[in-house]
Amino acid sequence: MEAQEVPLLEMRHISKSFFGNQVLGDVSFTLGKGEILGLVGENGAGKSTLMKILFGMNEISETGGYGGEVLIDGTVVHFTSSLDALDAGIGMVHQEFSLLPDFTAAENILLNREPVKNHWAANLFGERMNIIDRAKLEASAKKAIDRLGVKLDADMVVGQMPVGHKQFTEIARELSKEDSDTAGKIRLLVLDEPTAVLSEQEAQSLLKAMKNLAAQNIAIIFISHRLQEIIDVCDQIMVMRDGRIIKQVVNDKNVNVHDIAQWMVGREISLDKQENRHFDYASHPVDMEIRNLWVNMTGEVVRDVNLDIHRGEILGIGGLAGQGKLGIPNGVMGLFPAGGKVSFEGKEVALNDPKACLDAGLAFVSEDRRGVGLLLDESLEWNISFEAMQVQGKYLLKKGPITWRDVNAIGEVTRTYIDMLEIKCTSSKQHARELSGGNQQKVCLAKAFAMQPKLLFVSEPTRGIDIGAKQLVLRVLKEYNQKYGTTIVMISSELEELRSICDRIAIITDGKVGGILPASNPSSDFGLLMVGQAVKGGN
Amino acid sequence: METVKKIVAKYGLPRVIITLFLFALFVAAPFVGVRVDESITNTLNRFGMNCVMVLAMVPMIHSGCGLNFGLPLGIISGLLGATLAIQFEFHGLVCFLMAIVLSTPFAVVLGYGYGKLLNKVKGGEMMIATYVGFSSVSFMCIMWLLLPYTNASMVWGYAGRGLRTTISTEGYFLHALNDLFAISIGKLVIPTGMILFFAILAFAMWAFLHTKTGTAMTAVGSNPTFARACGIDVDRIRVLSVIMSTWLGAVGILVYEQSFGFIQLYMAPFYMALPAVSAILIGGASVNKASIANVIIGTLLFQGILTMTPSVMNSAIHTDMSEVIRIIVSNGMILYALTRKMEVAR
Repeated sequence: MEAQEVPLLEMRHISKSFFGNQVLGDVSFTLGKGEILGLVGENGAGKSTLMKILFGMNEISETGGYGGEVLIDGTVVHFTSSLDALDAGIGMVHQEFSLLPDFTAAENILLNREPVKNHWAANLFGERMNIIDRAKLEASAKKAIDRLGVKLDADMVVGQMPVGHKQFTEIARELSKEDSDTAGKIRLLVLDEPTAVLSEQEAQSLLKAMKNLAAQNIAIIFISHRLQEIIDVCDQIMVMRDGRIIKQVVNDKNVNVHDIAQWMVGREISLDKQENRHFDYASHPVDMEIRNLWVNMTGEVVRDVNLDIHRGEILGIGGLAGQGKLGIPNGVMGLFPAGGKVSFEGKEVALNDPKACLDAGLAFVSEDRRGVGLLLDESLEWNISFEAMQVQGKYLLKKGPITWRDVNAIGEVTRTYIDMLEIKCTSSKQHARELSGGNQQKVCLAKAFAMQPKLLFVSEPTRGIDIGAKQLVLRVLKEYNQKYGTTIVMISSELEELRSICDRIAIITDGKVGGILPASNPSSDFGLLMVGQAVKGGN
Repeated sequence: METVKKIVAKYGLPRVIITLFLFALFVAAPFVGVRVDESITNTLNRFGMNCVMVLAMVPMIHSGCGLNFGLPLGIISGLLGATLAIQFEFHGLVCFLMAIVLSTPFAVVLGYGYGKLLNKVKGGEMMIATYVGFSSVSFMCIMWLLLPYTNASMVWGYAGRGLRTTISTEGYFLHALNDLFAISIGKLVIPTGMILFFAILAFAMWAFLHTKTGTAMTAVGSNPTFARACGIDVDRIRVLSVIMSTWLGAVGILVYEQSFGFIQLYMAPFYMALPAVSAILIGGASVNKASIANVIIGTLLFQGILTMTPSVMNSAIHTDMSEVIRIIVSNGMILYALTRKMEVAR
């Protein structure tokens, strides 16, 4: 019976790769009318790419399109722009608001689609001279708000609204499109983390609104990291990891948060995982103390972090995107405004002063390879030797009154690291821009190694690089730690990678340390910490 | 064929075309009655006059401050040095060297302030630099009248105070460098002293860029965030580069004047930045990459074309259009160079 009913949306064998890096592979699912599909997965699991394909975003076609088929009402569609998707009745509410703060809710809802009254000047100068029909405008805005089933003052200026109401305004705008002739009647709504910024109560009323809409035969794809909400509201739950659908279940009462968290982070990955070593914390003193650290880094705000880092350990820092894990190294190393107290080997390290940190023997491999980590238009020699030259005066040669760069020493050290890290390049004089992402990452590591730091922050060392380079990077970090006893703090969104090389892992939620657990704990424990639930045995 | 292609790619197609055009002008010259040896002398002279000012572009390009459209500021320092040296009655090579010494404090102080200003407007340096040039020229228009110069060879004859618009360097430092070790073969004169002076400055610049601070300067221009993460005080390096550029601008105008024979005050510095900017761009530099080779090639090509086109064209069509052609060619080259800048802009 049900098989005969044509689903509203079907995606068949969708695949997508960016520059040879596969982000989606063979994703298939169907969604019926009025159904709510919960989509969960870690950052980079491929959720947003999937939604971009559905919505016909330009960046998909610009990067070579996608594989597989998208079917709406059983017919294959191929959106070339998001306008096509709008015509087909797909609406999307993004994480960031796109509202005009000085306009009222009603004005925002019907922005650029305002109902107009004819004005005599329009006959002369075209329809841009028409006057907005205020009464009609408010009526259709109210209609959309009513459909949503929430209390929202249409006359209120958006800038003065609480965030929840802004979110409702966004959704109402998508709904109101059915009254206009420029877009089709809305039938499928994609909500990308709509509750992330909402308070508990606001989130509850949003969930209620979603159920209202579903009852009116509008299908919803709901992306959220708040697993309880997914369980509360969704008909189907789909878990993605590494560009694949790991689990797709009908949400009966048997699914619980714990299961989803486990699916989300996965149990094992293909990395050659060894037994976690037993790190003796008692015999290794605390080298770095971080107290009440706050960092003002856009999108990665750190609020109040306290951490003790032992000499010689590999500490992992994990957590979902936007929770502040990246802010910690960037703040300590002085790249973003920070406050609090950081001491290293008993001496306080000045914040907001990169030189002071480097002088103290710290080094940092930034997650922003191309922006912070590399001199893209200079040779590998420069990239690898520059920091050690400037901070520690290495690779300099005094000849006569002038101290020159020691070209020979620079070439030598560069070739050493090219061999050690298997950097694929034509010569040590090749420009960093011409290397692939993985090799660029190795250059960044070489730069830090050339400093021979006592403590090394490595931020997202495996982001955007292929699996071979990933393994090498992780192996090298581990070996470097064992060989030189360098303390390593690795920040990564990939929990399994952290688990494969770290001794302990701290999970950051909402700008604070959510908990620190030994890396040998089951991954579901970390999954729960990530979504803000306390775990027994954490400290 | 492959090697030819490689050389062309390395040298840059626009430069190949301009070089060929310049070469064609030299070939055509004898046929329209223009002497080649005189032409070469002229070209070398103009090269020597201008190349220090083109060299002044290098430090700011390296530190990421862009092209120094504020060169008039350096030129004003040079003019102050020159007029002071004449006021104090120095003569010959000593006068030239004293002019450099006297202009140095002005260049350092003005360059420091200019650098501080540019640090406040990161991203919009070139626009601001242009206006710094404009406003400093206008300010000095007032000062040239008010400053208490008394040397009779410089002040207005009827009032006895205020500097004239053009002041002859004759008897002071005219050809102080040009005539130094000059070699003449028939009508061909090589201004060895002037070119040697440039060579010394160019070598000093090259050497500086190979020191620790020079390396840091290049890195700041290449990626300021990278440099900051490596513990470099980006603002300090940028100010240093601006001071260097301003000082080289001051020295550059002095070299120009000793060869040209006149100190031009008031609105004259206004027009000096664009040819220098164009020359280095034609030489193959970009907004954040420049080498000494770019300076030499660019100045030779730009000044060569500027010297040769009017004289050859004039003789070819037998009317005196040299000034018109010179303006068309020089502004055309500037226009070309500036559009080229857009291609390489970050």
